[in-house]
Amino acid sequence: MKNLPAARLLFDEPGPRARRRIRIATALAVLAGVALVALALRQFADNGQLAADRWRPYGTWPMWRYLLEGLRSTVQAAVVAIALSAAAGVALALGRMSPSRWLRLPCAAYVEVVRTIPALLLVYVVLFALPRYGVDLPLFWKLVVPLTVSNSAAFAEIFRAGIRSVERGQLEAGLAVGLTRGRAMRLIVLPQAARRVLPSLVSQSAGLLKDTSLGYVVSYAELLYSGKVLANYNHLLIQTYIVIALIYLVINATLAKIARTLEARQRTRPARAATTSS
Amino acid sequence: MNVITDHLAEFGDGLLLTVGLTLLSLAGALAAGVVVAALRVSPVRVLRAAGMAYVEVLQNVPLLVWLVLAVFGLPEVGVIAGLFTTAVVVIALYQGAYAAEAIRSGINAVPAGQGEAARALGLTFTQSLRLVILPQALRTVIQPLGNIAIMTLMNTALAAAVGVVELTAAANRVNLAEAQPIWIFVTAGLAYMALSAVFGLVTGTLERRLAILR
Repeated sequence: MKNLPAARLLFDEPGPRARRRIRIATALAVLAGVALVALALRQFADNGQLAADRWRPYGTWPMWRYLLEGLRSTVQAAVVAIALSAAAGVALALGRMSPSRWLRLPCAAYVEVVRTIPALLLVYVVLFALPRYGVDLPLFWKLVVPLTVSNSAAFAEIFRAGIRSVERGQLEAGLAVGLTRGRAMRLIVLPQAARRVLPSLVSQSAGLLKDTSLGYVVSYAELLYSGKVLANYNHLLIQTYIVIALIYLVINATLAKIARTLEARQRTRPARAATTSS
Repeated sequence: MNVITDHLAEFGDGLLLTVGLTLLSLAGALAAGVVVAALRVSPVRVLRAAGMAYVEVLQNVPLLVWLVLAVFGLPEVGVIAGLFTTAVVVIALYQGAYAAEAIRSGINAVPAGQGEAARALGLTFTQSLRLVILPQALRTVIQPLGNIAIMTLMNTALAAAVGVVELTAAANRVNLAEAQPIWIFVTAGLAYMALSAVFGLVTGTLERRLAILR
């Protein structure tokens, strides 16, 4: 029973009548899919968007070199923002769980406030508010700083959940052998917590990578803004944005797959640990 | 502080548009989520694959890319709709993928005996899903759906980037005219926090009334 895919719980092994109905439904679904694609293609063709010379540029190397350049900037911004928000996330999570109220309250307030403010509003603050007070960041940081501010709160909540999932006995054992609270956290609790929340960290990182598309607003030349510049230049609007969307799709689907693999591996591991320890 | 009272109309219009965008796209997202989640558990393999493809494609491309593609790309192939309508549809379809995942996890949380009992009574797949499984599934995922509602609220701000003058864009416009960023952006931030708090309260109330303890 456990080995059946979850979907199978909702229907039995089909008999002859059900199989016929499934075949009819399959045929109808395929027909509907084909009709949808045909409709889209006709819409493209009617507006001359299918012409070969409107797509050919995307098979040439200079075009791809330009787009890959944009992708590199996307990855650069994402990696730096992920590193910074993860570090800030750990600090905020520890602060929020610290025994001192003067540390706990500000960290909790930061997380709760930032989680309910759109990233774009933070981008506008960095773009239009900070320069008035003499803080004019380089373009790269105009994108990375707001992303870090907003994602550090999400990372903090992930780490906090991880730390809370580590049994109390681990920290107590650390204290019992004479470690300070800080060292016991760093040496015993955090490594276990980080391992447990790895899948969430990967999917949050994938989300952050999607957020770098705000470079479109900042005019930092990441993938989407590069696409905008390109489309303004060659007037192949829909082609460019479709190619950009496909690039994002490939990268994020890969990241999502990694997160799922990690999660599946973790689901089997504690079971094995439990049997060996007992 | 005068900046705010002087531009109350702009802020009010922006706030109304943000609320409208959020509620309409949330309703759309729930509808799309129920349909896609139903596809993903259906006995027809092609429909399961279609539901999965929908979720993968929608979730793995940034919302801003979808918005730009729809607002600037679609008119190129003769699909012309108003800016607000386009934004609502795109955000609804995007959040629909997330809603579908939440609802599917709710469907998986419904005990297998419920589906078996429904079939034993002779209900068809659609009937057992609609009358037995979905009502229970939806009531177990109120909290995740509440989070999706707040995520939708945050994401409506992206509509500002393609020209919808909702709250974020309104704040930005007032600031360009008045150049008093602190008050203006803090006000917008507080408005978002208040809206999120309302969503949180509604979710909490619904959870207390409807949730099924297992």
